[in-house]
Amino acid sequence: MTKDNQRKIVIPGEVIVKGDNYLPGEGTEKKGEEIVSIKYGLSEEQNRLIKVIPLSGVYQPRRGNVVIGKVGNITFNGWVIDISAPESAFLSLMEVPKYVNKDGLDEVMDFGDMVIAKIWSINKRGIDLSIKSRGLGKIDEGIIVKINPNKVPRVIGKEGSMVKLIKDETKCNITIGQNGLIWIRGDKIDDELFAKKAILFVTEKSYISGLTEEVKKWFEKEKK
Amino acid sequence: MTKEFKRPDGRKVDELRPMTAKVGVVPNADGSAMFSFGDTIAIAAVYGPKKMHPQHKQNPEKGTLRCNYNMISFSVNDRIRPGQSRRSMEISEITKWALEPVLMIDNYPNMVVDVHINILQANASTRCAGINAAAIALAHAGISMKNMVSSVSIGKLDKQLVVDVDKKEEDWEEGEGATDIPITMTGDDKITHLQLDGKIVTKQLKEAIELARKSCKEIYEVQKKALKESLSEGEK
Repeated sequence: MTKDNQRKIVIPGEVIVKGDNYLPGEGTEKKGEEIVSIKYGLSEEQNRLIKVIPLSGVYQPRRGNVVIGKVGNITFNGWVIDISAPESAFLSLMEVPKYVNKDGLDEVMDFGDMVIAKIWSINKRGIDLSIKSRGLGKIDEGIIVKINPNKVPRVIGKEGSMVKLIKDETKCNITIGQNGLIWIRGDKIDDELFAKKAILFVTEKSYISGLTEEVKKWFEKEKK
Repeated sequence: MTKEFKRPDGRKVDELRPMTAKVGVVPNADGSAMFSFGDTIAIAAVYGPKKMHPQHKQNPEKGTLRCNYNMISFSVNDRIRPGQSRRSMEISEITKWALEPVLMIDNYPNMVVDVHINILQANASTRCAGINAAAIALAHAGISMKNMVSSVSIGKLDKQLVVDVDKKEEDWEEGEGATDIPITMTGDDKITHLQLDGKIVTKQLKEAIELARKSCKEIYEVQKKALKESLSEGEK
């Protein structure tokens, strides 16, 4: 890797850097003196920490991720949420701030309802979700768009620049789940569909560098 | 050993057939790849990691790898009966053993990774093409791997060692006849699979492994190129 923090594509088993000056991060492994990739993706260096960002494959849940899921089952003490990850997640009844009758869990969230939640912990038994922060909870209106989870960072953009641009241009409220589900909520259906179109444009052109500029141009063209 | 040994298709003894590799050929799979040696074409599709079902097969200590090798009925000259056969079951198991050492399967407890290999067209060395395709597909599916694997078949025709056997060579009848030795190696020259049915002297087997080492390097480069180019393709 060159000094100017250049990203490069690596494959499993490929040596990224040599020498004791670096630390192995996510997606890498230390083998003697060398730092070796164990994933197929882009390698990146930050403060001597080397990591590999995977660019394909299924969504791997991480602690702290905000995800959007669908209620798949109701148990006596909570909800089983499908977050399109290898494992399904659990949302405990304790997360709901009001009193809920043991027979009335479906009145809070029923089968098929969509919910925005944060991954609170990942342990051997499964994934636990939380809805105790602002902006989390059941979704009542708006539309959901599903994209490839590996393209989520492009839709968010650098420090949220891309999603901010789309929000401003379409006047919609957008919440992006790290698992590739996006919730769009606007005043008019047309606004929501326009935002959806913009997001799909971003995912299609995700490989272009300087994408934010490209999307700005796209908005100018579409608005005429 | 004489260099004048004539192979039916005029290749040099250590020359592989032209190889191609392509990533992402099955859009619905989590990872997929195509790999071919000349007329032998294999497609591999990887699904998962996903939760193992039925639940009693889950292993909380490590994940499970399942391989399925299948020859499509039109892949050979005489149509073969579709579905599982004794041969395909054996090769499925062999493929699993060849791939498992490089997969970091302990990272996926209670989960399963499914690898489906289909042979579209066969001209010998199908299991090697299948393993090569599967290795690319597993990397594409974003599964943690210690290294890539590359597979090649070494043949012994009468007393001569050749690389990447084709159908005509597989049916060699002169002298001692043909012996096929499929070998799989990791990117750092370790053997994960070696099959041998036939007779060979120890010294010559060592030579065969040396030959395989050299060929696997070439195959590794093809696999690496395919993976790297699949990402930069759109950037043009």
